[in-house]
Amino acid sequence: MMVQSEFIPLLAVLVSLFAIPLIALSSNRPNLREAWTFIAALIKFGLVVSLIPGALQGETVGGALFEIAPGLPFELEADPLGVFFALIASGLWIFTSAYSIGYMRGNSEVKQTRFFAAFAMSLSSTIGVAFAGNLFTFIVFYEILTLSTYPLVVHKESDAAIQAARKYLTYTLTAGLLLVAGAALLYMETGTLDFEAGGLAALTTSTLSTGKLWVIFILMFIGVGVKAGVMPLHSWLPSAMAAPTPVSSLLHAVAVVKSGVFGVLRVSGFVFGFGVLQQIGADVLMMVLSAFTLTVASFLAFKQDNLKRRLAYSTVGHLSYIVLGVSLMTMSGVLGSVLHIAAHATMKITLFFCAGAIYVNLHKDSISQLDGAAKVMPWTFAAFTIGAMGLTGIPPINGFFSKWTLALGTIEAAQWIPLGLLILSGLMNAGYFFPIVARAYFKPGGQDLEGHGEANPWMVVPLVSTALLSVIFGLFPNAFVHILDLATVIMEQIFHSGGSL
Amino acid sequence: MIEANLPAMFVVSYISVALLIVLAGVRVKQSAQPLATMGALVAALLSFVGWVVVQAHTDAGFPATRYGFGGWAPPIGIEFVLDGLSAFFLMVVNGVAAVVLWHSAGNIDKHLDAHPPTFYALATLFLLGLNGMILTGDLFNLYVFLEISSLSSYALIAIGSRQAPLAAFRYLILGTVGGTLYLIGVGFMYAMTGTLNMIDMMAIIPLIAQEPGVLVALLLMIIGIGVKAALFPLYGWLPESYTQTNSISSALIAPIGTKVAAYVMIRILLYVFGATELNAVWPLSDAIALLAGAGILFGSVMAILQKNLKRMLAFSSISQIGYILMGVALMNPLAFAGALFHVLNHALMKATLFMVSSHLERQEGSVDIRDFNDSYRVKYPWSMATFTLAAISMIGLPPMAGFFSKWMLALGTIEAGHWILFGVILSSSLLNAVYFFGILEKVYLRRSGQKEASKHPMNEVSWGMRLPALMLALTLLVFGFINAPILEVLQSLFPT
Amino acid sequence: METFLSNYAYAFTLAIMCVGLYGMFFKRNLVKKVIGLSIFQAAVIMFFVSLASKMGGTVPVKWDAVPIEMIDGYMNPLPHTLMLTAIVVGVATQGVAFGLLVNIWNRFKTLEEDDLHNAIMEDSDD
Repeated sequence: MMVQSEFIPLLAVLVSLFAIPLIALSSNRPNLREAWTFIAALIKFGLVVSLIPGALQGETVGGALFEIAPGLPFELEADPLGVFFALIASGLWIFTSAYSIGYMRGNSEVKQTRFFAAFAMSLSSTIGVAFAGNLFTFIVFYEILTLSTYPLVVHKESDAAIQAARKYLTYTLTAGLLLVAGAALLYMETGTLDFEAGGLAALTTSTLSTGKLWVIFILMFIGVGVKAGVMPLHSWLPSAMAAPTPVSSLLHAVAVVKSGVFGVLRVSGFVFGFGVLQQIGADVLMMVLSAFTLTVASFLAFKQDNLKRRLAYSTVGHLSYIVLGVSLMTMSGVLGSVLHIAAHATMKITLFFCAGAIYVNLHKDSISQLDGAAKVMPWTFAAFTIGAMGLTGIPPINGFFSKWTLALGTIEAAQWIPLGLLILSGLMNAGYFFPIVARAYFKPGGQDLEGHGEANPWMVVPLVSTALLSVIFGLFPNAFVHILDLATVIMEQIFHSGGSL
Repeated sequence: MIEANLPAMFVVSYISVALLIVLAGVRVKQSAQPLATMGALVAALLSFVGWVVVQAHTDAGFPATRYGFGGWAPPIGIEFVLDGLSAFFLMVVNGVAAVVLWHSAGNIDKHLDAHPPTFYALATLFLLGLNGMILTGDLFNLYVFLEISSLSSYALIAIGSRQAPLAAFRYLILGTVGGTLYLIGVGFMYAMTGTLNMIDMMAIIPLIAQEPGVLVALLLMIIGIGVKAALFPLYGWLPESYTQTNSISSALIAPIGTKVAAYVMIRILLYVFGATELNAVWPLSDAIALLAGAGILFGSVMAILQKNLKRMLAFSSISQIGYILMGVALMNPLAFAGALFHVLNHALMKATLFMVSSHLERQEGSVDIRDFNDSYRVKYPWSMATFTLAAISMIGLPPMAGFFSKWMLALGTIEAGHWILFGVILSSSLLNAVYFFGILEKVYLRRSGQKEASKHPMNEVSWGMRLPALMLALTLLVFGFINAPILEVLQSLFPT
Repeated sequence: METFLSNYAYAFTLAIMCVGLYGMFFKRNLVKKVIGLSIFQAAVIMFFVSLASKMGGTVPVKWDAVPIEMIDGYMNPLPHTLMLTAIVVGVATQGVAFGLLVNIWNRFKTLEEDDLHNAIMEDSDD
């Protein structure tokens, strides 16, 4: 190995950070600029992949780098869960980079340099979130993620985009602040903010009153719940769809919202521990909120005619699948959550890619305009269909397995209402996705479709690849990067380890 | 030899520089700015030496360096004391002043075409007063230095817009009332303790702390210094002064003027009195903390409402000084370290922001926020990047230094069990975000209907002005990363 | 009554201070404000001097009729010296104040608060 392995997490964070000045300096040479993005994405992915063998052994790589605040180290540690999340984010960045080039140029967007620079920054912070070894480091990257995605959300600089970005900032900054507040309270009570699989030992043995635990939990849950789009904190998400599609696809289907659910996992599984949460009854709150969200979001998705907004509400719903799985606090439930993080990422990114391709190619963003569009864009709609089937939960796409495991989890926890809602929402997924597919394939297309062909290959190749990935991971969950094995290792850590990471 | 005389050297060097500026200025007007900058730089280096010496002394278990003027032993004579706290404040004040004075070179032609030597001599006297306030170990001597710095600052503020002398006059009235109230308080303390020496008084106070007269004396002193520190609701002089004065003065006075008043608060409340004696008659520290909290919210809300950048920054100063005074009044090491770190951060941030506002004032002729638009991004790329960095730190987002002082203050409020103030800290961060993002949005985003920004040529100020501002802003980032060792030292300064 | 008599110097000082404060905050003419300011400062000087005085004490210059050990025989010199400094500060303050007033006069041709207010309202836009 060229580099010492404990620095790999740090390097993985820094790679895209170093790319930013290069991107900024090659502002006038777009090809070179995009080359930097690609190189950074590939190196980052390579670094993360190199961590997989260790993670499969349950190892944690990295450690404290320096003290960032008195008593609180700046800690970058690649534990299996972190590697899992980093893998998804960095892997999909490669596809998104290719896609962005096609999209941004195809759509002749302005200020592309700012776009690619902010994109690289967001990725750095996402990987930082993944590898954060304690809550404080997590917060630092979480806030940087908020700041660096702001220019992306506001990219179009239209009035709608500015409004959306304001809303986004209001929600996420408030959330960040509450997370800080929760962390401050927790730190003063326990003297530590480390992530420990299975919950902080200091917390399980402490004599903290239930009331105080609730306060800390609520603060933290809102802190991470906003990015996870849990109702009633979700409304920034549909608005943020004003951003260009590559942003929506990577950041609002993978990086930002997944940082939120990842945070939910970290807070419940690595800070409080399921035991403590069940003891104070916080799991019920999580379950009620997420079950409510996934049902209502599906209803709301029906009403949207704007394709991206429908996808956004579908995202809100699917994020709550993940939160619901965590709130079950059983082996299968949490496993389902973790798997759904990966599955939803590949499927939803496919769908967003398709929406973007349709927008660039046909200049259409409403579902009602899509009649017959599949005839001119066969590849795109094939991919769309796969993504939609996956989200609905039809085998053999990876969405089926994660949903199946989630359902097993509800049975394991004997929670029949959530099970019912899961099934209902699955049906509703079918209800709001298949009309789109049906329209595109079976309705006759209008005059305006003539002369249009498939979108440009920079966009088609990524979206077909992610669709294929969804299928491959559905058939072989351990293909390439051992997703299932990783998830199993994570489960073992959360449920069976008393010790620290 | 140097160590023993170090406390006196700050004042001596500033006096010599002030005289030199006036004398040399008769012949060579251009010599004033370099001389003043050199003076501040020398003082900054001296303070650094002082800091190192004090740290070494503390580690070796020696007491603070005390210097009796004229060979009179304290408490008969007046003495200067160089301990950890004063060394820290000296570094902040002189360091920031040196950068601001360096930066001011580019602005002389705009504001001071007639009398640069007078201006710089006044600025040097202002710094002399602040250094004296920080170093002195004598309550009456403190009053004298307070007036030296105040009188020079009235004059500095009077140089500016048409209304500047009026703002300075109002400041003079309020400032003198404040100074005089402080003096009466000192008189009371003298009547009760028979001494003016702080260290001496420290020993006597536990014997008399129960007397109501002490409370009266304390209240008088706190109100008096509170005027200077702009403690809510005694901030009245501040917004207009900072707004109407020239941009060199505002960049010089805003970052460090109120800080030194906060230093006097720390000295009197925590060192001379201490938590138990202070609250012996009446929970004074709680009252100050709540006032400071009210000031934080008031300053932030008022800042949001302002249309003039300088006035907005002035109100934000009121809010930020609230953080510092609150941290002092919470009386625990965490909040104390947070307050001191915020002194450093806020000095850096406010200096940076006022420098950038001086760039805009210089190039655009106005700092009306309503006129800001995305052409600024093209015209002043460096200044705006600097502004953004400082603004993010002001809001208190990691990894900028501003986040960590607020973090410590938040921990301090939890430690003290002050939930209201905990809420105040959190909510004011959001309020800060409102007014700073409002500006960033105007500068970086194009509103529909505006013409293309790229049509404007770059109109940036000289590197001599860009560089100091950028340097300070980057320092904020650096301090964000190395805050842990600094905070540890600052925590150790909390008097036990 | 007795407390008043023994503390009448304080009461007197307080009265002068109030006169000064009244002048500063309620007079609409800026020169009168400065006069109020100097009355206010004079009150404080008197306060300090009264602190130092002792019934039957003499000036703090060594005198054979009063042995040096008889502390009550001499007044306390320290407040007097402090007040010398305070007087200097006061004079300097008034100097600066009048300097500012001259400046204000040159710019606005008035020293009345109300007229100044109107003038500022006219030329201010922010």
